[in-house]
Amino acid sequence: MSIEEKQEEIIEEFSVLDGDMEMTINYIMELGDSLPELDDQYRNDDYIVKGCQSKVWMHAYLVNDKVKFDADSNTAITKGLVSLLVRVLDGESPETIMEHDIYFPEKIGMNRFIGTQRSNGFAAMIKQMKLYALALSSKTKTGA
Amino acid sequence: MSTAVSTSVEQIRKEFPVLHQEVNGKPLIYFDNAATAQKPKAVLDALSYYYEHDNANIHRGIHTLAERATSAYEDTRKATSRFVNSNEVEEIIFTKGTTEGINLVAQAYGRKFLKPGDEIIISHLEHHSNIVPWQILREQTGAVIKVIPINDKGELIIDAYRELLSGKTKIVAVNYISNSLGTVNPVKEIIAMAHEVGAVTLIDAAQAAPHHPIDVQGIDCDFLAFSAHKMYGPTGVGALYGKRRLLESMDPYQGGGEMIKDVTFEKTTYNEIPYKFEAGTPNIADVVAFKAAIDFIESIGYSFIHEHEERLLNHANKVLMDIPGMTPFGQAREKTSVFSFNIEGIHPFDIGMWLDAKGIAVRTGHHCTQPLMDWFKIEGTVRASMAIYNTTDELDTFAAALKDIVKKFKK
Repeated sequence: MSIEEKQEEIIEEFSVLDGDMEMTINYIMELGDSLPELDDQYRNDDYIVKGCQSKVWMHAYLVNDKVKFDADSNTAITKGLVSLLVRVLDGESPETIMEHDIYFPEKIGMNRFIGTQRSNGFAAMIKQMKLYALALSSKTKTGA
Repeated sequence: MSTAVSTSVEQIRKEFPVLHQEVNGKPLIYFDNAATAQKPKAVLDALSYYYEHDNANIHRGIHTLAERATSAYEDTRKATSRFVNSNEVEEIIFTKGTTEGINLVAQAYGRKFLKPGDEIIISHLEHHSNIVPWQILREQTGAVIKVIPINDKGELIIDAYRELLSGKTKIVAVNYISNSLGTVNPVKEIIAMAHEVGAVTLIDAAQAAPHHPIDVQGIDCDFLAFSAHKMYGPTGVGALYGKRRLLESMDPYQGGGEMIKDVTFEKTTYNEIPYKFEAGTPNIADVVAFKAAIDFIESIGYSFIHEHEERLLNHANKVLMDIPGMTPFGQAREKTSVFSFNIEGIHPFDIGMWLDAKGIAVRTGHHCTQPLMDWFKIEGTVRASMAIYNTTDELDTFAAALKDIVKKFKK
């Protein structure tokens, strides 16, 4: 599935919730539960994504020239939001990640659900994931 | 201070238009009053009346509107003076709020009079706004900051404070009431002890003004700062009380119009107090509407406010304590209607988001008191801060919401 298709899928899922805050938070938390566990060695200040109100730790690495993201948060709701980004960007090549626009947060009304200040945290997370991709791009077999 | 009139919380609620709405499909329950209180119609009306009828720049205009605006602005100064029981009206300076009042004293008094090695005493309960201005002053003067510790209940340890006091102590700056915990500090005693060693005192009364009568002569403070917006008034306005002899001894805080007598390129002479500290066109409309907030509080009376808010706090203690995993913070004997807590295994942020989804507004995080959170070894709390328009029914809804949230995390 392409990055666009994955984003469209998320937009579709959230549209079913019809803007109901409690249902939306419930769903976001369920998504967070499905995020694979982050190894404890990455749960420290070196892996904190800056700009988030709550703490998010993220580790990015290459598997067969594709970027893998492992992440966790100290809050259940933020963890769910991070899981959405991981779902969209995980398993893509560094170049694909760097090239693509991430538009789904705005489309699912992230501002309305988590407030502008935390959306900035979300933007910081997207930026950080693209920076990881940039750093990893020089380590792929094809190079960049 | 006017005496309590016969009134009811139901009647009071009707005065606050913002309370009568749904948030996320649920009736709004506003428990973030320590951050800012909602505004009664009288305040909103005073604001629009001023702009619709009297708007002009104050003090030097000779036309009718300027006279009306000046008179309304100065009426608030008189009302504020009466509200805090200052000896003279001129001892009231209008500011942007408590923060500016504290910064004004730190810069205009502290910078002029403090020397390297002089000591400033603050407490572990302080808001950042009563910490950082003194740290800036420390950088500028070489003064030293000492901190009064607290006990497990969130009360200041007065014996430890006594130990900190010495001939080196020049300023003691503490809050009247803690914003994070609601602890009411024994400021009269704190001030008397400071005066024994010749120190000047500043009271951060931001959280006191909505809940507790202020009598600057009774407690004998040298400076006292508070904000209109926490006492049902407009944002962007506050007052600083200072004793005349101290205010007169201080240099201006900012330069500009209004604060001068005569200006030449060679020499400028400054205006008298309070104008010496009110450079530039002030926030006239909000100062004018501030009076409506003072009138509102005085019309209800602090005895009614105290009685109602104590009932709320007692009810909160009753219905919230049996929530699984509940840990309250701040159990001072003297405290206002603030319930600060954590629930085991759930981050305050998640609780706050869930409560918002249920139409309940609380504050989560460190509440601008990071040193206090460090003392408790926590990142933050959930804080429900109640006001005159809150009800025990709302607390019941709040408790039920928290129980529901706990269930969602126990799945």
